[in-house]
Amino acid sequence: MWRYLAPLAAFLVLAGFLYVGLGLNPREVPSPLVDKPAPAFELAKLAQPDQTFSRDDMKGKVWMLNVWASWCTACREEHPLLVDIARQGTVPIVGLNYKDKPEAAKQWLAQWGDPYKLSVQDPVGRTGIEYGVYGVPETFVIDKNGVIRFKQIGPITPKVWQEKMLPLIRQLEQA
Amino acid sequence: MKRFLLVLMLAAGPALVAANQAAPTDLDPVANKRAVELSQQLRCLVCQNQTIADSHAELAVDLKNQINEQIRAGRSDREIIDFMVQRYGDFVLYKPPFKAETVLLWVGPVALLVLGMGAYFLQLRRRRTRIDERPLSEAERLEADRLLGLGKTEDSSK
Amino acid sequence: MIPEIGHFALILALLIALLQGVLPIVGAARGIGPWMDLARPAAKAQAMFVTLAFGCLMWSFYVSDFSVQNVASNSNSLLPWYYKLSATWGSHEGSILLWTLMLAWWTSLVAFFSRHLPREMVARVIGTLGLVSAGFILFTLTTSDPFDRLFPAAPEGRDLNPLLQDPGMIFHPPMLYMGYVGFAVPFAFAIAALMGGRLDAAWARWTRPWTTMAWVFLTLGIALGSWWAYYELGWGGWWFWDPVENASFMPWLTGTALVHSLAVTEKRGSFKTWTVLLAIITFSMSLLGTFLVRSGVLTSVHAFATDPERGVFILGFLIFVIGSSLLLFAWRAPKVGLGGKFANVSRESMLLMNNVLLVVAMGAVFLGTMYPLFLDAIAGTKISVGPPYFDAVFAPLMAPLVFLMGVGPLSRWKEAKIPDLATRLRWAAVVAVVTAVLVPVVLGRWSWIVSGGLLLAFWIVASAVVNVREHIRNVRGSLLTRLASQPRAFWGMNLAHLGVAIFIIGVTLVKGYETERDVRMAVGDVVSVGGFTFKFEGVQEVQGPNYVAARGTFDVSKNGRFIEKLYPEKRSYLSNRAMPMTEAAIDSSIIGDIYVSLGEPVGGDAWTVRAYYKPFVTWIWWGCVAMALGGLVALSDRRYRFARRREASAAKAAVTA
Repeated sequence: MWRYLAPLAAFLVLAGFLYVGLGLNPREVPSPLVDKPAPAFELAKLAQPDQTFSRDDMKGKVWMLNVWASWCTACREEHPLLVDIARQGTVPIVGLNYKDKPEAAKQWLAQWGDPYKLSVQDPVGRTGIEYGVYGVPETFVIDKNGVIRFKQIGPITPKVWQEKMLPLIRQLEQA
Repeated sequence: MKRFLLVLMLAAGPALVAANQAAPTDLDPVANKRAVELSQQLRCLVCQNQTIADSHAELAVDLKNQINEQIRAGRSDREIIDFMVQRYGDFVLYKPPFKAETVLLWVGPVALLVLGMGAYFLQLRRRRTRIDERPLSEAERLEADRLLGLGKTEDSSK
Repeated sequence: MIPEIGHFALILALLIALLQGVLPIVGAARGIGPWMDLARPAAKAQAMFVTLAFGCLMWSFYVSDFSVQNVASNSNSLLPWYYKLSATWGSHEGSILLWTLMLAWWTSLVAFFSRHLPREMVARVIGTLGLVSAGFILFTLTTSDPFDRLFPAAPEGRDLNPLLQDPGMIFHPPMLYMGYVGFAVPFAFAIAALMGGRLDAAWARWTRPWTTMAWVFLTLGIALGSWWAYYELGWGGWWFWDPVENASFMPWLTGTALVHSLAVTEKRGSFKTWTVLLAIITFSMSLLGTFLVRSGVLTSVHAFATDPERGVFILGFLIFVIGSSLLLFAWRAPKVGLGGKFANVSRESMLLMNNVLLVVAMGAVFLGTMYPLFLDAIAGTKISVGPPYFDAVFAPLMAPLVFLMGVGPLSRWKEAKIPDLATRLRWAAVVAVVTAVLVPVVLGRWSWIVSGGLLLAFWIVASAVVNVREHIRNVRGSLLTRLASQPRAFWGMNLAHLGVAIFIIGVTLVKGYETERDVRMAVGDVVSVGGFTFKFEGVQEVQGPNYVAARGTFDVSKNGRFIEKLYPEKRSYLSNRAMPMTEAAIDSSIIGDIYVSLGEPVGGDAWTVRAYYKPFVTWIWWGCVAMALGGLVALSDRRYRFARRREASAAKAAVTA
């Protein structure tokens, strides 16, 4: 008698998974770099191309690396929020200008505001690959020791900022 | 230049050769073949149902270039794949890896088959013991004759 | 006005469907005649209203009524009229309405062709279908109303997704849905049998034609989708083990098992539990597929825009329908009984093995499809399961199955003897092995995979020939008379199995011998593939009704002799310039396809170009067509008998009156 219940039991287990699945996002690829050292880079600054900036210049500080481009429409969604964060001075943001032309990038910042401490150029996307970037925008929260603690895929929403990123940044500042 | 390209293409042979925007002729045919095979093992994260070999997305092209670069730098296949997985996770592998988390995935079908075979033989055994087939009794035989005698049977289950 | 009529028609259809779902079933349980008799008229009325609603939506598309949200989002005034019509089912809302329409039509078909069925059975079958219909219409009205208005009306529509602007895409969804939805009928028959507590050979005979019909449609629907992907997507692939493709393949696998299981139940009264369970599982897979495409639970190119609210509703609906069916199964199946005895080696035991293998295959595909979700839910880890997994896991399961396809039809019911079978089949085995070894050699290159595939295919063909010869051996007359003496079901089976062989040949030879070049070509460049030479002669801009295209010209020749010009295109649809569509240029012949597609412009006048030679690739889809034809032929056998029986019972009634 009990074996006839087996199909029903199996189905209910499946239904449970499907229910959980509704809350997940299958397209999102989490980063294997979280809790690992941020990959090193030394890139030309956007504003002063003859000078370079490296990851180690941020050692000892909690900071965010924001991957952006002038051709990226989704970046405009999060940009006001970034400008706001910069105005409040909560955390320094370094921009990684990804596969972009410097003139277009500068013009974009002039038009929409520049929340970045500074931006560096990644014209071919080589550093992007090092950081496992597969879409734009993406943002990394990096602690005082240069370890990646969080990666946001897609635009930063106010919800994610308030609930996940801000508390984490506060926590890292204490450490 | 055109003739050079032509010669190179013909020299590469009828085997599967893929080239991309990053001047395939940089690599010799053997290395090119390696590059193609590697790119067929990696999933394009933008068009998530294609390999980077098939995809023409920008990221796919970038990653293919990265593979070419690393081949030129003398890295092994294993090292190149590891490079990608370190940065993009297991998701980037087109063929799921065999690890603790995917044991069920790889072993599953075999287990299902074993289960199926087991159930199959059990069923055969159960039928043999459970089903009772004795010859018809006299009354039953008369009934059967009567029904058959009516010609095309309407189903008795009506 | 028209959209409102459509909306109102849907509401009416819902009410009728509820009536249709509840009253006849209760009537059958309580013996209330009039309630049972409501089933047929209710089904027909519901179909009428759903058709009316669908017609209203289609009309709105035809006249480009952009005050209807769905039309504004999925159509455009520049769209050719036939795509305007097919846009009706180009969106989530429209396709759900199509689902509902197909279900309503299948139900009325049952209503029309069920005169010979017992009253309670008709009531229960149509009642069950009514409940499912009600669920879908309710879902449509609450979460996916295609008649939602847009105020103010949009001046122009957003256009149909360019990928859908293609003849294949006009026919693929309706065909597929006819199959998917069609399996609701054997499902309803199974539920009716469980409710009534009685399941016998007669039930199987009634259920078979419906099942076969649904299977035919599903086979064609899947084949169409595969063929479309091949010529439309531009890189020559025809099956990707994409979650939604798998979602259509799984019901096909269990549906095939069901078709075979029903044969045993009808002929021998066995496998009743199996058959009922398979009927429930097959339709459940259809429903699951519907869920997967719309809920955002799995990544797929096929997925409609996702919406958690819809996902929850469909999941709830799934749990209700499948859960209660399986509960009913657990409760009533033990009553159903085991049927006749059969030996360890017999046609029954082989068909049982067939069932087991098909279900295991379905399980393997299911595991691969759902595993990313399982892992993510449990461990938060993300992996992806691609074709390498499925190819590795699925193909080995098919080999024993194909072997059985040769042996099964020759085995006797109840008991068969292995030495006897071996003797009868020895020449078939020899022919298969010899051909499998010779063909690769003749074609120029040895390959184990090709040889293996051909061995399977020719095994099917050779054993079928043996089977036919045995059957017509004792019949007198000319060859034609002897062939015609066999029932159509016999020919249907052989044709369908032959279709499988053709399919395997196509897959094997393409995989084994296809050649491809993905290269950069400037004007005047030449590339050589599969013995053909392609010369790139440049790209021109052309205008279409709602797109601008870059049309390439390729000069194709073989051994210096000019063959033809091919014109692949890269189209930019005005509504979606970001996503250019590839229109490959294909020269198709029975022995192979020449395939050229444009990639991207790479500076100067150069483009990346993909050129392929794919030997015997069309055999893949012709094989599926043969399978479907086989099903149709077998079906024609049933109906013939059905009409005859009607005459016989009419005659009998006249005599006994």
